Amino acid sequence: MGQSKLDLMQGTLDVMVLQTLEAMGPQHGYGVARRIEQVSGNEVLLNQGTIYASLVRLQQRGWIAAKWGTSDHNRKAKFYSITKSGQKQLVQDTAYWQRLAGVMGRVLAMQGEGDER
Amino acid sequence: MRHSLREAFKRVGSFFRKDQLDQELNEEMASHLQMVVEENMRRHMTAEEARRQALVRFGGVQQALERHRESRGLPWLDVLMQDLRFTFRTLRRDAGFTIVAVLILALGIGANIAVFSVVNTILLRPLPFRDPQQLVRIVQKNPKAGESSRTYSADATQDFQQQNHSFQSVSGYFAFTGPDNFKLVGTAQPVPVTGILVAEGFFQTLGVEPSLGRLFRPEEFVKHSQPVALLSYPFWKRQLGGDRSIIGKAINLSNTSVIVVGVLPDTFDFGSVFSPGAKVDLFAPYIMDDFRDDGNDLALVGRLKQGVSLAEAQGEADQLFPQLYFEHKHPEYGKGYTGQLTGLKEYVSGKLRRSLIVLWCAVGLILLIVCVNLSNLLLARAAARIKEFAMRRALGARRGRLVRQLLTESLILAAVGAVLGLGLAYVILSYLAHQGSIALPLLTMVRVDGTVLEWTLLIAVGSAVLFGPAPGLRMSGGNLQEVLKDGGASGGRSHNRMRSTLVITEIALACVLLVGAGLLLRSFLRVLDIDLGFQPSRAGAISVDYDDGGNAAKRAAIWQEIVRQSSMIPGVEAAGISDKPMSRNRSWGIAAKGEEKRDDLGYLPVFVYIVSPGYLKAMGMRLMEGRDISWEDASNNRSVVIINETVARKLWSGQDPIGRIALTGGTEAQVIGVIADVRESSAEDNAGAQIDKCVYHTFALDPEIHRNAPTKPRIAFLKTKKCQHRPGRNRPGSFLAGLLFKSFR
Repeated sequence: MGQSKLDLMQGTLDVMVLQTLEAMGPQHGYGVARRIEQVSGNEVLLNQGTIYASLVRLQQRGWIAAKWGTSDHNRKAKFYSITKSGQKQLVQDTAYWQRLAGVMGRVLAMQGEGDER
Repeated sequence: MRHSLREAFKRVGSFFRKDQLDQELNEEMASHLQMVVEENMRRHMTAEEARRQALVRFGGVQQALERHRESRGLPWLDVLMQDLRFTFRTLRRDAGFTIVAVLILALGIGANIAVFSVVNTILLRPLPFRDPQQLVRIVQKNPKAGESSRTYSADATQDFQQQNHSFQSVSGYFAFTGPDNFKLVGTAQPVPVTGILVAEGFFQTLGVEPSLGRLFRPEEFVKHSQPVALLSYPFWKRQLGGDRSIIGKAINLSNTSVIVVGVLPDTFDFGSVFSPGAKVDLFAPYIMDDFRDDGNDLALVGRLKQGVSLAEAQGEADQLFPQLYFEHKHPEYGKGYTGQLTGLKEYVSGKLRRSLIVLWCAVGLILLIVCVNLSNLLLARAAARIKEFAMRRALGARRGRLVRQLLTESLILAAVGAVLGLGLAYVILSYLAHQGSIALPLLTMVRVDGTVLEWTLLIAVGSAVLFGPAPGLRMSGGNLQEVLKDGGASGGRSHNRMRSTLVITEIALACVLLVGAGLLLRSFLRVLDIDLGFQPSRAGAISVDYDDGGNAAKRAAIWQEIVRQSSMIPGVEAAGISDKPMSRNRSWGIAAKGEEKRDDLGYLPVFVYIVSPGYLKAMGMRLMEGRDISWEDASNNRSVVIINETVARKLWSGQDPIGRIALTGGTEAQVIGVIADVRESSAEDNAGAQIDKCVYHTFALDPEIHRNAPTKPRIAFLKTKKCQHRPGRNRPGSFLAGLLFKSFR
């Protein structure tokens, strides 16, 4: 079953979006979605449409801002960029996820070393 | 947490800009897809394949839109709006059902609101005074005959005020005031007004502050001081047009110049607390020295000291009252009062507590019946809607979603019912509050307030939850397929069981209510059935004012003229005069001459009425023996009395009382007649036999006449031939013009 894609955990998509915008600067929805797919090596199960629920949520919390503009191929698109408070939030979230990942790593690396050996 | 607040705010904002936001999202998604398609085509896909791939990667435009809406707006509100729209549509389609349901609910809820408002005012809300829990009413224990045995003399009151340690203050009011005991003389016709004499510190004890001017000062309770008065707010508004400059000016009350020192606040209604049904226009000082010889006439109210319990105060009162003399000037009259302390609130509403709670339960039962009825109606309707719900379930609606829809429906019905019910209750209450003939305490203060609105909300939601989900429970079960195929037969048995349960519940509730109402009605009928000894239904009363200069012969002439002219009014069958309306009682003693020293008999406490010839006939009282008072008795100053059967039996048992001499009112009087017993105070009060002992004097005997203007005989009683001929309507001549007609019961 190693072939199937990863289901996204609650809240992870928001962090990914923030990080993408932080790293790449202003992007439209498709840009963000494509970038996340690329970085994850296509391991994440992401319907591109779900990105918009995440974008509007972040926007309402004031962490990203949106503006209509034109894409590289001269197409009208909404461009999202991270705000000051979004950057602050990203720092917090990054720390949180790293701690969690570390803990998960340690817990899962645990072996029967305490057993009678 | 700032961002969650901001988010909530934005969500509400988005809720109202739904169309615009959807439009933007659609554009955004369209350009997204277009970009993917273009990219795919650059990878040499066919246009068709490029579009297919793009849609696969996007994963459902409609779902994306739904998710977007959910995270940006208020999804529960969306669902609610949807339900509301749907409900209104279905209810409109089913107008007959809707109207019936709303009307039933309005009646049930309206009755509940009305009764709750009364319960709230009388039982739950504190009295409208400062720290009302400290207020105590002091009454003699085991009252025997009328007010005289419940009240205290001026001397006893003063002694108690000085000797007690439990009360911050003790004060009282003159308990023997009849309505319209003063007349306000102005430029136009004299107006009858009701004034109550209050002892020093009465308003301070209650904690009532004047809304204008000041309260009485101690020097105004001294004999021969300048007469002063405090006005009640409604009287000031009505009679004096709310004139603020009236303070410090004199008004003419029964030909005495009285200075108005203040106006009491609108919230202070003496009648509603101390004398239900009465309206009081003004207050004057009760000057102790004027009343020292008058026996018991003060009704006492006290305010407990901080931290003193009612029981402690009662303990002290039990010590003090037996030591108090009736009158300092005459220590030989003896001593020995009793004092029963009752919280004022308890005193005012205690007697009503049980009946009100019964009433409250009764309307609660009515509401339950309403709910059961509606459940039944909804079930009947559900049978018709069963396919609709099966269809919705087949389309993926969950059970909870359907129940939610049904609850929304019942809540809407309940809400509309509650609004109508509130209107109904408001009408009932404003009618009740202006009904002077209903002697419920605090009735004028009954109104729809915040607590009542909360109660309304509670019962509306409660009943919606009670009657609403029944069909839902029923419908959510069952076999979908069968229902869809043919709604008729499926689940018939469970349907029937539910309806039977409801019908049984309803009949049980109705039985309880019927039995309860039957019992109430029975005791009420028993009250009505009592032979009152007179006929109140056809009696009317007019308050009359005249000036006789204290001359008995002149008064007889005036009375005769009043009675003669009143009798001539079309529709009047008989007319007579008495000094007091029947509800106000003065009690004196009466004894058979020669027997007055006997311990077992002696003076019998009785109620005394000063009456003119014709009074008995006007009241419809039955003369059993002897004759009525005649005008000759009156003009010749002959001392005659008519007694009732109880008095006759007590004083002259086994003998003929006619022609015997009785001692009463300080003189001898000849008994000329005996009438059937009259129950005048209250038809229910028959337990105390004392109530029934009445004596009717010629006015020639009345010692009060010469001394005390407020109590001079001045009520004319009329007996009408037919109810619709109310005597006040077509009064002839100038003689009766300006007299006040009062309906009498």
